[in-house]
Amino acid sequence: MDYLKNNPKLVQLGVVLIGFVVLILMTGQYSEIIDVRDGFTKAVEKGQIVPVTGFSESVSMILSGQLPPQFVRIPELNFLNLVVSTSIVYILTTLLIMAGLIFNNYYSKIQSSKISLIDWFKRYWTKLFLYVIISIFGGFFVAPTLFTWFFGEPGTSSFWDLPIIVTDYGNFLMYEWFPIQVYDPDIEEFEDKALIFQITRGISAALLFCIALIREILLGGVKTIVAFTSWDWLSENEWAYWPALPWTVVCATTTMLGYALQGRGLAMLACFGTLYISIFGQWEPSMETLSFVLIAAPVSVILGLFFGVWSYKSKSVEVVLAPLLNIAQSLPHFSYLVPVMVFFGIGDQAGAIATIIFATPPMIRLTLLGLKRVSPEVLDAGMMSGCHNYQLMFKVLIPTARRDILIGVNQVIMQCLAMAVIASFIGAKGLGFNLLLALNQLRVGQALELGLCIVIIAVVLDKLSMAWANKQTDYFADLPFMLRHKWSLLFGVILLIGIVLSYIGTFIFKGGINYLYLIPHTKGVTLEPMLQGGIDWFLDYFFFSLQDFNKWLIVDILLPMRESYLSMPVSATFFLVMGIGYIVGGIRSALIVGLCLLFIALLEWWDRALITAYMASFGVIASAIIGITAGSLCAQNKLASKVILLLCDTFQTFPSFVYLIPVMILFGVTDTTVLIAVIIYATIPATRYTVEGLNSVPEDLQDAGSMSGVSRIQRWVKIELPLAFPHIMLGVNQTVIFALFMVIIGAFIGTEDLGQFIIKALSDKQGIGNGLLLGLCVASIGLTVDHLIQTWASRRRKLLGIN
Amino acid sequence: MKKFTSKVAAAALVMTLASVSGQTLAADSTKPIVIPTHNWSSQVVMAYVIGGIFEDMGNNVEYVSADTQGVYESIRNGDVTISHEVWQSTFGASFYAAMAKGGLIDAGTHAALTLEEVGVPQWVVDNNMCPGLPDYKALIDCYEVFATVDSGGKGRILEGPQSWHGTEYPDRVEALLGDNWVVKFAGSADALWADHVAAEKEGRATLTFNWTPNFTDGAGFVFIEWPEYYLGCRKQDGGDSKCGSPKGWLKKAANYKFPKTHPAAYMAFSRMSFDAGQIGSMAALVDLEGMSHKDAATKWLADNEDTWRAMTGVGM
Repeated sequence: MDYLKNNPKLVQLGVVLIGFVVLILMTGQYSEIIDVRDGFTKAVEKGQIVPVTGFSESVSMILSGQLPPQFVRIPELNFLNLVVSTSIVYILTTLLIMAGLIFNNYYSKIQSSKISLIDWFKRYWTKLFLYVIISIFGGFFVAPTLFTWFFGEPGTSSFWDLPIIVTDYGNFLMYEWFPIQVYDPDIEEFEDKALIFQITRGISAALLFCIALIREILLGGVKTIVAFTSWDWLSENEWAYWPALPWTVVCATTTMLGYALQGRGLAMLACFGTLYISIFGQWEPSMETLSFVLIAAPVSVILGLFFGVWSYKSKSVEVVLAPLLNIAQSLPHFSYLVPVMVFFGIGDQAGAIATIIFATPPMIRLTLLGLKRVSPEVLDAGMMSGCHNYQLMFKVLIPTARRDILIGVNQVIMQCLAMAVIASFIGAKGLGFNLLLALNQLRVGQALELGLCIVIIAVVLDKLSMAWANKQTDYFADLPFMLRHKWSLLFGVILLIGIVLSYIGTFIFKGGINYLYLIPHTKGVTLEPMLQGGIDWFLDYFFFSLQDFNKWLIVDILLPMRESYLSMPVSATFFLVMGIGYIVGGIRSALIVGLCLLFIALLEWWDRALITAYMASFGVIASAIIGITAGSLCAQNKLASKVILLLCDTFQTFPSFVYLIPVMILFGVTDTTVLIAVIIYATIPATRYTVEGLNSVPEDLQDAGSMSGVSRIQRWVKIELPLAFPHIMLGVNQTVIFALFMVIIGAFIGTEDLGQFIIKALSDKQGIGNGLLLGLCVASIGLTVDHLIQTWASRRRKLLGIN
Repeated sequence: MKKFTSKVAAAALVMTLASVSGQTLAADSTKPIVIPTHNWSSQVVMAYVIGGIFEDMGNNVEYVSADTQGVYESIRNGDVTISHEVWQSTFGASFYAAMAKGGLIDAGTHAALTLEEVGVPQWVVDNNMCPGLPDYKALIDCYEVFATVDSGGKGRILEGPQSWHGTEYPDRVEALLGDNWVVKFAGSADALWADHVAAEKEGRATLTFNWTPNFTDGAGFVFIEWPEYYLGCRKQDGGDSKCGSPKGWLKKAANYKFPKTHPAAYMAFSRMSFDAGQIGSMAALVDLEGMSHKDAATKWLADNEDTWRAMTGVGM
């Protein structure tokens, strides 16, 4: 009993669980629920069951221990499809404004002195006269005006119409709003083009120009020339063609850069990486991918730095950005492909923009984090030396915060290359597109080669940029011209040798292919037969032994788990999640997670969201167990930690599509396949954060433990794990996000969850709205878990006294 | 400054004159024709073949990789100029949705008739795993052969993604095969091919969606014979869904400006018509002979010069 008294949270948890079970029981026996669920829609269609009971009837049903049908689970019941007449919306807006004003005033009053709501009312009730007027004005005049201005004049609307509204609004903005007359010389006519359309296409053209410029420096072409002249000019001047850099030059230059920036190790890595790419004949697609990454990554870094610095300077920007970042980070990339395609067209620029959206949020986060960690002494020292604002930021703050900012750069590069495949859905050329093409013919071996190229580019770029950022400037060196410019001079020499070599090549190689200039695609060495053989052997060898496992997993675990998720009544789900929210972070957390759930419940995809939740939670549990175990084991040893972190980097950029196919052959088009892909991908952050967390446990605490005579196991259980636990939980948090992303990609295998609908949105009429709102549903699931874990971890950290 | 503006004005004048004089000859614009590439061989090779023909006519060509469903919206907006493989039952909906919004035109139909239907790999018939195939009535009794782990003892039909045909197959299965069958939606074409490989390893029969012409034609694929299709037989058209798929068309689409900007290229494009054999031979160069898509297109163009010259050259 005392134990319970000391742990009030445990009692609360018990209450929540009991309530949850009671709510489930109120809908009947488990087997009945399944029957009810399957039969419900039909029964409603035939008119045997009334989908919504009246108020008094509902009360009597609850009193007799039964849940009224609208509290059960099926969105088809229309309970959650609230059809709202617009006047109700205006009344609600009015009330909301009023509540907001009152709360605002009350809140500012309790800052200075603690008073209860009743006291406040007694003292300031005259304020209400003003508030009523303001809220009526806002609710009944401003809101309707805005509403009709944006959406036309709907009589009634339902939340299920939201995708249509979003799509219509997007289309309106894109194709109708503010038309301007544009002359099209090709058809000699004036056309009405919407303003936004012209602006976004302008941005596209600018991005495309940058990408084409880099691409043509690497691979040759005519587009840059065209940008300064015209296609007409080009067809009159056949000689105008920008030649490619011979691969030997790129290869040698990268090696030189590696040596110049760090030393022999990096030079070797760069050399082997580029040699692999060129010898294996993946030069062209790799350089295509590289050219768009070389634009997307710097833009993401700059944007990230800009917003990071801005939110460091201004509290209000930080407050506004924080929830947006949360959403952006848990929004699956497929959900914004359609909007990006509509707004920016199709092609490399669209791929680059999608990549930037995906890669910028971690950079903003880490910049802000780094700047906040800069100790005030450094800032004061800068001020005392007489820095002005600009100097303070770029010479003092950012260099001091370099560690976190560099982690941000690392993340940006990883994310950019992780997007290489997905960006090819909207037109990015290069490795990603070839990879999808190879997979479509089940040529896994070839896809593996292409995937390796992506990883190599990621690793080399990452290491080079790290080395560059870490390079110390020697301010006192006064070197002669030759030494100061030795690298540029060396580059000139390399360029010359490369050109001469490729010129010689034209004499050696006959048949149109000059191996010293460009190794064409599929003309290089290939390991494909070997890799394919290995994969085939693997498949043959493990095929039968895994069939029984697959059967057991599906029949005994996955199907029942899925059924039980689907049979959870809506009310029970809310009770459970909000209850946990209350235990973790009080009434505020309960309300936040409740709002997230409500968003999903109000749209028509509640049951799909449950399937997503089922797959994600299975994936998260499995990944967390595997990741934390592997991470703890590897953290015991320096070398092992290094190796496992490298593995994490590799798997984060290695395109998951490649292993989807062999797994699909092994386990069929089933949930097992999706979950295995999820576990492979989602284990990465769990492992990474465990290793980092355990490694950052302070030395003196470890020593203190050793002095008290703990054994190795005791030290791990009693000291290291509890101290690293908040950090590990942040890893679990990332695991949830990764798992959700992969569940969505699992739609390519064949699922019935939100992901399937997101992919379907690519061809929907209401593609923009459906894609975005479905994405927000997934984000809501992510945000719910994210909020719970973050709140818990920060409280826990405060308790443990670590920052 | 004044000098500069007058220079710009002169340049603009020259350019206008040039464009006007170009227009009087009704020649094609030199702006590139954007051709989309998707993720299957025949389509990519055909893209390079058509691009090669355009280039032969003196046009500039650009290729862009695009999503198969999203491409019609891009054609409508002018980001992509043409699409040369519009499959009736798979892309028909997206094609007509874009057409209804305006900006996309129908640029004629290929000679190839397509069939998009469920069926079994050849070895299922060879091993006589379900006697009576390809008649659909045989399926009613041998559903157990087609059961998978997650189908609960019922026969499973692996359909393409739900975006391809909506509820057409569930409706048909309910109408013709009864309760012992379930339809599972695969997420992508890759999933269908992976299932063929897995089923052959396991020795289980599999009934999947497929189409012809396709690279699976090489290994042999038997389509199920359903009752004849007639207009309006499907549930969404008010019928009872007791019918199979029609022999479908393979259309070409273009942006509405294409005929004006590139009249010659458009005329050639609208007259281009490939039959199943030609499409198959394009795909075979890549799938069977292991050539790269570009090389395959070059080779095909060289081998079949008479064919495509006839399509584009006559009457010009």
